[in-house]
Amino acid sequence: MINLPELGIGVTHFVILSTLLFGIGLFGALAKRNAVMVLICIEIMLNAVNINLIAFSKFITPLAFVGQLWAMFVITVAAAEVGVGLAIIIAIYRNKLSIELDDFDWLKW
Amino acid sequence: MVEFALDHAWLVPLLPALSFLIIVFLTRQFKLLSGLVCVAGMVSAFVIAAYATYGVFTNHEFIEHSLEYSVRWFSLAPGVNVDVGVRLDPVSAMMMLMVTLVSSLIFIYALGYMEGEYGFSAFFSYLSLFGASMLLLVISSNLLEMFVAWELVGLCSYLLIGFYNHKISAREAAKKAFVTCRIADFGLLLGLLSLQIIFGTLNIGELAEKVPHFQQYTSAGVMTIVAVLIFLGPIGKSGQFPLHVWLPDAMEGPTPVSALIHAATMVVAGVYLVARTLFIFDAVPAVAQLIAVTGGFTAIFAASIAVTQRNLKRILAYSTISQLGYMMLALGVMSLSAGMFHLWTHAFFKALMFLCAGSVMHGIASHDDPDAFECGGLLKKMPITGVTFIIGGLAIAGIPPFAGFWSKDEILSVTLHSGHYVLFAMAACTAFLTAFYMWRMIFLVFLRDENPKIHAHESPLVMTGPLMALAVLASAGGLIGTPWANFWGEWIKYGDAHHAPPDYLVMGGSVVLAVAGISLAYYIYVKNLDLAHELARRFRGIHTLLLNKYYVDEIYLWFNHTFVDGAAKLLYLFDIYIVDGVIINGIGAITRETGGGLRIFQTGRLQNYALVFFLGVLAAAVILAMTSGASAASLLGGGVK
Repeated sequence: MINLPELGIGVTHFVILSTLLFGIGLFGALAKRNAVMVLICIEIMLNAVNINLIAFSKFITPLAFVGQLWAMFVITVAAAEVGVGLAIIIAIYRNKLSIELDDFDWLKW
Repeated sequence: MVEFALDHAWLVPLLPALSFLIIVFLTRQFKLLSGLVCVAGMVSAFVIAAYATYGVFTNHEFIEHSLEYSVRWFSLAPGVNVDVGVRLDPVSAMMMLMVTLVSSLIFIYALGYMEGEYGFSAFFSYLSLFGASMLLLVISSNLLEMFVAWELVGLCSYLLIGFYNHKISAREAAKKAFVTCRIADFGLLLGLLSLQIIFGTLNIGELAEKVPHFQQYTSAGVMTIVAVLIFLGPIGKSGQFPLHVWLPDAMEGPTPVSALIHAATMVVAGVYLVARTLFIFDAVPAVAQLIAVTGGFTAIFAASIAVTQRNLKRILAYSTISQLGYMMLALGVMSLSAGMFHLWTHAFFKALMFLCAGSVMHGIASHDDPDAFECGGLLKKMPITGVTFIIGGLAIAGIPPFAGFWSKDEILSVTLHSGHYVLFAMAACTAFLTAFYMWRMIFLVFLRDENPKIHAHESPLVMTGPLMALAVLASAGGLIGTPWANFWGEWIKYGDAHHAPPDYLVMGGSVVLAVAGISLAYYIYVKNLDLAHELARRFRGIHTLLLNKYYVDEIYLWFNHTFVDGAAKLLYLFDIYIVDGVIINGIGAITRETGGGLRIFQTGRLQNYALVFFLGVLAAAVILAMTSGASAASLLGGGVK
């Protein structure tokens, strides 16, 4: 087993990593034009959250692996969500022949 | 009978009012009956008035202290009571007699003049209403009652001037008369209200006692303003300059109307008001001076205009304005007897001349005001009209022993003896001009060579009868006030009777002026008619100025256009640009622009909305970090330790 504290890696490192990943994912989700890219970025955000959960679980409550269990649920939900999201994108593409999010402005005034 | 008349003097205005109601409600369709009802109402009022006047003049007590009785009309507050009633003193008795007498004669004349006219019954109903209102004005004991009657005669004037309402000039003239008088009546109303506030009463008798001691109630300045305000009413109603403009246009009405209202009765209501309230003007001599100057100026102003006018009734209208100026002048120099004497004689000869003009119009079968230059030699064709007109002309010119001489002479002598030399000069010039322009008209219409184009016939007896009666009155009516046996001065006076020796210089002088005026008119208009046109050409500037009435109407019109229409235009622009533009459209614009600004956020794009979510969360986090940890912990659901 790798002994992380001996390596000088604490929970902070994982939180920073997760924050950065979350930020990248958030930026992408808000700024990408391609709908599929947005889905990918959402995946990044979810995975960042997973890292965060597992890190906290491992470092703070190593015996009660609540965080790791929670991360399993997140992975499952993420997978389902991707399926639904792709289905929505395909349905939109069939009607509008485009998946540029900038083009979908029918709720504009 | 005398007692009955004195106690029931309120019947005098009531009988014409009853005839008005009868004509309006009962006898509309029966034209001749309506006319007869009207005449009957006024003649019966005359009978009662004659007895009442006899009663007043033979009772010395009534001459010194008037007979008065009244009933409570309404009371606004404890102590503020308004009565209506009758006040018979020599002045009001004389006016009552004159109004009923002249009205009766004119009503009889109108039976013939208005024959066949459309609206015959309506005309006589208006005449009755006017008679009732004028008589109410004359005998009223309370200034508020007089003001009500004042407005009523103004209304009747409007109705009667605009009687020929198919003619737009008549409608306009009626409006002009009413509006001009309304301006004046506004001042009068303010004055009356001030009197009520200051002295607590509008009863003429009580005011006559209180006003000489006005220092106890108010200051001299306020009293002056009140007096001027009250004088504003007569300026409009009696056609003084500058509100004289409605009188010449009022000639659009039928000739009996011009004779009755705009010569004998309504226009003298202003003079009568000043006479009734002379104690107010006695208390503020400056305003009395104003009255005298206004009267004198009006007299010469109107006389100068009359010299150039061509239409019969218009000349007579300006003559009326001029003679009203004489009356005001007399009252302004504090001579009640001279002013009222001229009112008395003027009523006779002016009504006579107006009725003669109407007879001429009836004779040449025209409704329009005849041009004097186009008539000629009508004396042969209409002898009665001609002779009576000449008698009227002699009276107004001031030839003894006709009525006008005595009254005009008295005005001249009181003006001179009270020290108003400039006004005396103006009055003397006016006397000369009066003789000149009146005889200019008489020579042109009656005494030249005949104009063969005019076909004229004499009027029927119903019209010439009143002419002859008025001619007798115009001849003999002045004999009760001759300087040697001045009965008039004993009865109608303000203060003590004026016992002045006959002033032969003034008498002689006025006769000389009258004869000079007549001679000049004879020389120019009979002997040498081309001279008239030559003079008009030579003095074209003055002639045009006088012919156009000194452009007073044009000045008023300019004033109206500039200021009234200008103010209207300003307010219109204010309404469009500020009320509509800034306020209403402004509020709309604010809403629109705000909406436009906020609309930018509705992009319809998913990622923009997500960004807003994120920013909101960020803001919440920052706020929570700034504030204490307790609120953050409670918000996040954790407990507070």
